[in-house]
Amino acid sequence: MLLALPIVIPLVTAGLCLLVGRRVRVQRALGVLGAGGLLVAAVTLFARVWREGVLVLYVGGWRAPFGITLVADVFAALLVLAAALMHLAVSVYSLADLDGRRQRYGYFAFLNVMLTGVCGAFLTGDLFNLYVWFEVMLIGSFVLLVLGGQRAQMEAGIKYVTLSLLSSALFLAGVGVIYGIAHTLNMAHLSQRLAVAATSHPGLVTAASLLLLLAFGIKAAVFPLHFWLPDSYHAPPPAVTAIFAALLTKTGVYAIVRVFSLVLPPSDYLFGLLAVIAGLTMLIGVLGAVAQSQFRRILNVHIISQIGYMVMGVALLGSPDAQTRQLAIAAAIFYIVHNMLVKSNLVLLSGTVRALAGTEQLSRLGGLLNRAPVVAVLFLLSALSLAGLPPSSGFWAKLGVIQAGFRAQAYLLTFTALFVGLLTLVSMLKIWSAVFWKPAPEPCSSDDALPAAAGTPPARRRALLLVPSVVLLVLSIGIGLYPPPMLATARRASRELLDRAAYVAAVGIHAEQVEEGPFRAEVHP
Amino acid sequence: MFVILALLVGALYAAAFCLLLARTTTRLLFGLLLLGHAANLLIFSAAGLVRASPAIVPSGAERPPPGHADPIPQALILTAIVISFAVLAFAAVLVQRAHQASGTNDTEELRTTET
Amino acid sequence: MKSLVFQATTRAVTPLLLAFSLFMLLRGHNEPGGGFIGGLLAVAAFALYALAFDARRARALLGVSPQTLTATGLLLATGSGGAAWLAGQPFMAGLWLSAALPAELKLGTVLLFDVGVYLVVLGAAALVLLTLREG
Repeated sequence: MLLALPIVIPLVTAGLCLLVGRRVRVQRALGVLGAGGLLVAAVTLFARVWREGVLVLYVGGWRAPFGITLVADVFAALLVLAAALMHLAVSVYSLADLDGRRQRYGYFAFLNVMLTGVCGAFLTGDLFNLYVWFEVMLIGSFVLLVLGGQRAQMEAGIKYVTLSLLSSALFLAGVGVIYGIAHTLNMAHLSQRLAVAATSHPGLVTAASLLLLLAFGIKAAVFPLHFWLPDSYHAPPPAVTAIFAALLTKTGVYAIVRVFSLVLPPSDYLFGLLAVIAGLTMLIGVLGAVAQSQFRRILNVHIISQIGYMVMGVALLGSPDAQTRQLAIAAAIFYIVHNMLVKSNLVLLSGTVRALAGTEQLSRLGGLLNRAPVVAVLFLLSALSLAGLPPSSGFWAKLGVIQAGFRAQAYLLTFTALFVGLLTLVSMLKIWSAVFWKPAPEPCSSDDALPAAAGTPPARRRALLLVPSVVLLVLSIGIGLYPPPMLATARRASRELLDRAAYVAAVGIHAEQVEEGPFRAEVHP
Repeated sequence: MFVILALLVGALYAAAFCLLLARTTTRLLFGLLLLGHAANLLIFSAAGLVRASPAIVPSGAERPPPGHADPIPQALILTAIVISFAVLAFAAVLVQRAHQASGTNDTEELRTTET
Repeated sequence: MKSLVFQATTRAVTPLLLAFSLFMLLRGHNEPGGGFIGGLLAVAAFALYALAFDARRARALLGVSPQTLTATGLLLATGSGGAAWLAGQPFMAGLWLSAALPAELKLGTVLLFDVGVYLVVLGAAALVLLTLREG
């Protein structure tokens, strides 16, 4: 029962937000309440999964593999928890960052639609259902992206919508081919049947895997499918960018991790490909950031480079040593959670700077160290966490990935990761010196004048802008100073992920269903 | 039959990508439409083509008569159609609004936000 | 579009289409039809009306705002799934009214779900149509 709550709560919140129409105050209250409720449900779910192991819900009472199954293992529950946390942080931040018009026209409703899709994608145990949740998430994100109707948003919207739909169509084609091979869609069931099919029809399985990789690659924005991200993420208000940065690409990474560790049979070819993709994604992302001159855009391009580290963890699954594989996935999971906290926090801080200074252009910013020392300290600590310096969550996340890389003897990839970490630091310091350190340039003309938030008094507005950042930073530093709980969680999640048999048994797929073979007689007339 | 469907799927994909690469946003929309159709037809043919009865359980019986077709691909396609209907409706509005906001439907001129 | 013939035909056809859409909605559980198909037929009626007359009159035909319609449908569909919870069944399991009804109509949470889908489809499509027509 608990398992469906992270999907139902945001969905009901979205419905209620739409129902109350233009009453902004009610919508704001509903938005924050819904996010709080989701967080409570996510914490309860995580605690239960931690205590009792993998939870399974057969929706509508149809047992696996016939119906749709919701499955929560530690990995899924952890990501739902992180998503719920980010949702609450961004919902509170939005109260101050978003203008009344956006709030009136359904911002909170569609934010919750997006969260429904994200939580559904994390919790589903069915490949086609994953597609459906992706679409729910996309519809929410489409509306959030263009809400406000500025020209830049429309342009960004067209690019983002086209690429997203292309990705969906590829995903759908992949699902079709996989159904043709295995005649099932339940992930646990597929795990068994595709393992058999990999020997009888290796070409088809590889083709389907590549279709899925392409589809998830577009969503996760890995090289060479990353180009849409910097062009679309800067158009909406910072709060929207922050929730996008926290959830959208990470859902793509989640799908890659899930599908490559559970559904698809291990293949050296695919893991080799992933390693190349990971290295280039890190490198291209960080180099792309050099060319940017706008606060939020630099951060957006860094999202891409950070995705590379997570994909690197998945690529190391190709290692022959079981312990290395476990370490690699644990590091990737740690990295995903760390990145959700830190990256979105940086975007939120860039929004706060925009609210204070009225511009996002590095050349026109400056002197904020004196004007807003709290923001400066928050930014510096978050930026160092992103670059992977102790004491922060980023240090342990990077350490794990690099350790796994050395153990797998993937030296080139590991040195790329180290080098990119250095470049990230340089890039963060560039922002630091331009925004906070250097003296303020002559009068800050604000030609991209800011719409004031819906009548919130300045002191309260500042508090609403800063509280989410402080909480997220405290969490990040807390994980950095005392990593054992988070490390233990990541390790356990990775152990569960790599134990396919246990997952399959937990979902309730029995061995005899495999013996009938993946191919049925009547397929080809 | 398989060959014809394979060619048809291929033709749909080719047309879809051709339209996606065109410069006007309206063609982009039609490209996305065809892309959805191509994927649906691919699911339909990949799942296996059979001459069989529909999988409807007669009243009083427990299971459909023997020799029925697999209903899952049809369910998948129906779901995919529903979803692409919703998403394309949104995309249509978006294309129209972008045209209003910028006065052009040329994708080359809709690139002011790129760097 | 101002065409007398079109407008007159639309006036006659719209109620028929709406009635047919309800028929499709209600027969949907055991025969072809259902919430989505029914909703689409209602949308067709609505689209015809919006084309023959204008967006303002189409909005008046709907009575409530499309957003309200969508929201009601969404909550109805979710609620019908949640009803199984209260009965101690898995989420989304169908519950049926045990009382025998005279007609061949089975009442249950599945029907509520279908009505929810019907409203969501109608509301969302109407919103898109109105936006395009008013834009």
